[in-house]
Amino acid sequence: MSGQPDTHHEESFWRKYIFSIDHKVIGLQYGITALIFLFFGFCLMMMMRWQLAYPEQPMPWFGWLFGETGVMLPEMYNSLGAMHGTVMIFLGVVPLAVGAFGNYFVPLQIGAPDMAFPKLNMTSYWCYFAGGIVMMVGFFVPGGAANSGWTSYPPLADIATTGQTVWLFGMVLLITSSLLGSINTITTIVQLRAKGLTWMRLPFFVWSQFVTAFLLLLAFPPLEAAGVLQLMDRLLDTSFFLPSGLIVSGEVLNVSGGGSPLLWQHMFWFLAHPEVYVLILPAMGIVAEVLSNNTRKPLWGYKSIVYASSFLGFMSFIVWAHHMFMTGMGSTISAFFQTTTMIISVPSVVILTAMFISLWGASIRYNSAMLFALGFLPMFGIGGLTGLPLGIAASDIHLHDTYYVIGHFHYVVAPGTIFALFAGVYYWFPKMTGKTLNETLGKIHFWLSMIFINGIFMPMFVQGLAGVSRRLWDGGASYAHATDTLWLNEVMSASAWLLGLAQIPFIYNLIKSMKSGEKAESNHWDATTLEWTDAPSPPLPHRNFEVIPEVYRGPYEYSVPGADKDFTPQSEA
Amino acid sequence: MSGHSVEDIKKSVKVYIGVFAALAVLTVVTVAASYLDLSSGEAFFLAIIIASVKGTLVAGYFMHLFSEKTTVLAVLGLTFFFLIVIMFLPFMAFTDQAVI
Amino acid sequence: MEIPYNVEERQDTGMFNAKLGIWLFLASEVMLFGGLFSAYVFLRMGDVTGTFISGASELNIPLATFNTLVLISSSVTMIMSWVSLKLGEQKKFKTYLGTTLLLAGVFLVVKYFEYTAKFHHGIFPETSTFFAIYFTLTGLHMLHIIGGMVVIFYFLVPGSKMMNTESERFTNRIEIVGLYWHFVDLVWIFLFPVLYLL
Repeated sequence: MSGQPDTHHEESFWRKYIFSIDHKVIGLQYGITALIFLFFGFCLMMMMRWQLAYPEQPMPWFGWLFGETGVMLPEMYNSLGAMHGTVMIFLGVVPLAVGAFGNYFVPLQIGAPDMAFPKLNMTSYWCYFAGGIVMMVGFFVPGGAANSGWTSYPPLADIATTGQTVWLFGMVLLITSSLLGSINTITTIVQLRAKGLTWMRLPFFVWSQFVTAFLLLLAFPPLEAAGVLQLMDRLLDTSFFLPSGLIVSGEVLNVSGGGSPLLWQHMFWFLAHPEVYVLILPAMGIVAEVLSNNTRKPLWGYKSIVYASSFLGFMSFIVWAHHMFMTGMGSTISAFFQTTTMIISVPSVVILTAMFISLWGASIRYNSAMLFALGFLPMFGIGGLTGLPLGIAASDIHLHDTYYVIGHFHYVVAPGTIFALFAGVYYWFPKMTGKTLNETLGKIHFWLSMIFINGIFMPMFVQGLAGVSRRLWDGGASYAHATDTLWLNEVMSASAWLLGLAQIPFIYNLIKSMKSGEKAESNHWDATTLEWTDAPSPPLPHRNFEVIPEVYRGPYEYSVPGADKDFTPQSEA
Repeated sequence: MSGHSVEDIKKSVKVYIGVFAALAVLTVVTVAASYLDLSSGEAFFLAIIIASVKGTLVAGYFMHLFSEKTTVLAVLGLTFFFLIVIMFLPFMAFTDQAVI
Repeated sequence: MEIPYNVEERQDTGMFNAKLGIWLFLASEVMLFGGLFSAYVFLRMGDVTGTFISGASELNIPLATFNTLVLISSSVTMIMSWVSLKLGEQKKFKTYLGTTLLLAGVFLVVKYFEYTAKFHHGIFPETSTFFAIYFTLTGLHMLHIIGGMVVIFYFLVPGSKMMNTESERFTNRIEIVGLYWHFVDLVWIFLFPVLYLL
């Protein structure tokens, strides 16, 4: 189950860059692919925003995508919506957070020469890549890509066009990929920690990847099972999710019946709720690294953060049915899930509070990475706190499936997780490439993103509280409740397009700096963790370190009283 | 497995044969029990108990779980807990619904 | 550079890498089959027309009992092959591993006859939710058997050279394969009563 990379002779181009088994190359492959998918998913959303702001008007420039009239049809809108969710979560954010950053920096931070199973690592990337391709193929089959929402609720998904089948095959590949990845991550962290690197000396980023890997490992299989069942329904005419006597287009559906759509919802949300923490935990891990480095102080309450994140991971498995309050669940079971949901907010608050307190009394270095990390804190705070009314069964009745929900989880994922990922890019770019990013461009990128992203999501709370449903193709134009808040659609759409423009400095910065950026020192940020203190920038191919380091202290020993410099590396005896 | 000397292994072969015999007997027992005139609840519990005993034998002896490292046991403990969750919470949600 | 603890055990965890890896994989497999068993329970609870009871009565219990015994035997030969390797008896190892492969083949043949008999009687996955879950669960289990057979065949013929070159690593690999194989057996131990007897 393993391979020994041979460092002595030259590798061919294919072995070195394409089918590489070096975790750093695979991490970069993940990173680049995921960034492209993130941008693609963002484009899908920008097209949807045109339709929402100016319903049934021909789209300028890109109208040809929707046939001669240039008007987006409802089916197309549904496809874009389903694929936006799928692409952003399964092809964009998770691969970037776990596949790219996890793959690249977990072995470096624990002082390992590579992941435990390099070949498995490569397989994992190529499964992900194949899954992405399959998902994209969906756009070209008759009837278009999957259009039953990223949640693929049956019975709708069972009777949807071919795109749904393609979506399911894509998901099976993506699930396989993350399964292989999580096995690799856990084994690496348990087995390959450097000498002296005990559990309580691990950087929090490693902890967050560890918990995340467990969520992926144990929560994804039931969705894979559910995906197989839905495939059976679609291809072999079984009725796992189809109740008896279902009427479609005025005719009773010719199936045996006896199934239950709720079964899918249970199995889907059993994954999809932990998935939320898969999105947020690595983000917290990155923010912890950046915060502590730029406050030049130890992370406040390291141990409580570690325990809180483990508890968070554990609890995330028993809260899923708060997505299902409206399915007619009885009050007893609703009360159970409502209670666990309230409990799970506690560890999130512990982590966020500890991060805020870490700022107290620090002389903060405001570089681009730190700005994004600082932006993460209130944005994730808003996202988290607006989730509470959704977790309470009574208030969920009003808010369910409105734009309020969209606003809530986008605050968690977009200005939350994606900001943290940007922070990660700015923080680790010098390590990955040996070059530095332009700070001015980075700051422009941050401030513009910060303004426009709030311009998109803040009005959603207003619309949602007014009762605008999230699934309306015309953005609520034909909806009586919506009339007072309809003007916000244009505000949100304009913000979305401007947010798109605000990414230009970032993309330019990445390409420009990679080519001709200033050379970075190996410990560019005066950090304490192993990837900075013991590995060159970029780290050595296939073995990372000249000499595998030993660890003598905790991860965040900044400004230790009496020390000769304001950081004490973990590997310093 | 450094802890396995030649004598240890020879001893464990006898255990494996014993487990095999127990598994075969239990298979016959569970089939025979299914022909008894039991209520569906009794039949269910009997079948699940026999299957669990067989499963424990396989996992404990063939897969060496009885002498496995704590890391593995911890992972499996966690998995087992979530297995119970996925098995029973949807089922409980179902019964709660049916009352309405 | 060599990846540490590929063959030898790490002191504080007492494991080589692949040992933990396979157990993590099996943990995810537990959740995969757990999800399907959960679906079984859920569908059975909602089964008002009694298709689960009438469906199960159409299954062939003697054949399945025979298959259970076949699979248990294959588990024993699997572990005996590992024992033989530990004791350095390479010939015995090959015999036992070959028998495991053979028994797995027998299982598949029996399963083939079971399936075709159902098809001849006009019973397909779409017949009822019981047969839908029956074919899904047994089909997925069969895929696991086939996957295991491929791996066993690999170690029996093309991969067996490692037995002499890196004997400790090879023994580790056989142990890993064994763990997987016992798990497949374990799943069947639960599938059998749940599908056929209840």
